[in-house]
Amino acid sequence: MRVTLHQDKCVASGQCVLAAQEVFDQRDEDGVAVLLDDSPPAGAHDDVRHAAAVCPALAITLAES
Amino acid sequence: MTDTLTDTASGTGREPGYPIDRSPHCPFSPPAGLRALQSTAPLRKVRLWDGSGAWLVTRYAELRTLAADPRISSDILRPGYPHVSLGSLERARRQTSFIVMDDPAHARLRRLVTAPFTVRRIQALRPAVQELVDELIDTMLAGPCPTDLVREFALPLPSLVICRLLGVPYADHAFFQRHSAALLNRDSAERATEAQRILTDYLDGLVAEKLVRPTDDLLSVLATEQVAPGLLERRDLTAIAMLLLVAGHETTANMIALGTLALLRHPDQLDALRATDDPARVAGAVEELLRHLTIVQTGLRRVALADIEIAGQVIRAGEAVILAIDAANHDATAFTEPDRLDLGRDARRHVAFGYGVHQCLGQQLARMELQVVYSTLYRRIPTLRLAADPAGLPYKHDSIVYGVHELPVAW
Ligand code: HEM
Ligand code: SF4
Repeated sequence: MRVTLHQDKCVASGQCVLAAQEVFDQRDEDGVAVLLDDSPPAGAHDDVRHAAAVCPALAITLAES
Repeated sequence: MTDTLTDTASGTGREPGYPIDRSPHCPFSPPAGLRALQSTAPLRKVRLWDGSGAWLVTRYAELRTLAADPRISSDILRPGYPHVSLGSLERARRQTSFIVMDDPAHARLRRLVTAPFTVRRIQALRPAVQELVDELIDTMLAGPCPTDLVREFALPLPSLVICRLLGVPYADHAFFQRHSAALLNRDSAERATEAQRILTDYLDGLVAEKLVRPTDDLLSVLATEQVAPGLLERRDLTAIAMLLLVAGHETTANMIALGTLALLRHPDQLDALRATDDPARVAGAVEELLRHLTIVQTGLRRVALADIEIAGQVIRAGEAVILAIDAANHDATAFTEPDRLDLGRDARRHVAFGYGVHQCLGQQLARMELQVVYSTLYRRIPTLRLAADPAGLPYKHDSIVYGVHELPVAW
């Protein structure tokens, strides 16, 4: 799985961090999400899919292999 | 008030009125009439208080699609916008905050205030919130029984928290709580407009003071770093302060009181919640209560910027759109047995905080406060019970945000 985060769309909701803390974090200065791991291990895939599904700004896209 | 659903085709004939009254015997679920509309189509035309028409979107999938569509505007000053009540446009002409603006203005202003609301910053506040919760419970237990949980606990907690964060003196709480409630009331335009004026004057004075004597809080930071160097107009900061103050305490307070009422009426679920030490289960319970109760009860207000095809219908440019998040959170295609409160279900996809770029800025704060409350209150007071007839409680039918004005409890 490949994760792409479009920071320009992010509205700093924090939803992705709640869903998958190992994969997403937020910048301290403005809460914009940062990607910690763009090809997360299989064990994290469900959480990442959930993060993408709940992101209110459609800022997370996934390419499943 | 409530119309019978005699017409079928949307946009022709007599459309059903919206909002729709709740059934008196069913205080938690969305109104039966709303569910009836949902069962006929994902969206349909309704008629509003001023006689204007609007598309009411009630199904989960279509609601999320539209909420995230940039052709759907939140701009309250745009012609066609479905105003929630008389006086709304007049108030908007005087003052608007970013909740009723579109990007790029919305994004610019929202981003000024996102830093204190990140998951990490909010988690850092948890010990202080736990302390506040314990103190409020101590005070309540030392006072008379029965008492009003709203006045003694549900309102003070989020008010204290948002006051500290913004730098608003909590000593003024009776004053701003009264005017915030008036601002959210749909029935009295004059009172709401007066409340806007009074709160604006108050917060503008506070901003002026922070400019001269900054303290350690969000309003001081914005005053000195944004207003002083001319990056932000003072009136825009006042509008932000107003939005955060009003949104920051009324909503969470209603979730605390209404959530407690819902749990007291589902003793098996309350027992399970009280028994768990697992933070993940408490967090799950909070999501389910947010979904089940969906306190924002008059829908998210929008207007179409272009023709939009959805579910076999065309929303024309300039037409009003209302996203009924309460109905969507009770859509059986998204949540099985949606009317059942089930603290064990995975409800995290709910839209109680909205969806799209306006999704609630304070959601992590609200979640954390509710997690602390729901994992503390019923443990500290295991005998907590309702001290009034639930049917006779003063429900907030006339407000944008649902809840109870008063919740008499005993222990
Ligand atoms: C359980 C409590 C809460 C609920 C159910 C709730 C619900 C909502 C909803 C549904 C929206 C979206 C409005 C729209 O799209 O038109 C929203 C936006 C907002 N909420 Fe909350 N809210 C809660 C707590 C809070 C708190 C504690 C704060 C405070 C700091 C807050 C501040 C805001 C702000 C500033 C917006 C506007 C965001 C934007 O336009 O970008 N809310 N809230
Ligand atoms: S869920 Fe989306 S909008 Fe929210 S912080 Fe993550 S990327 Fe940003």
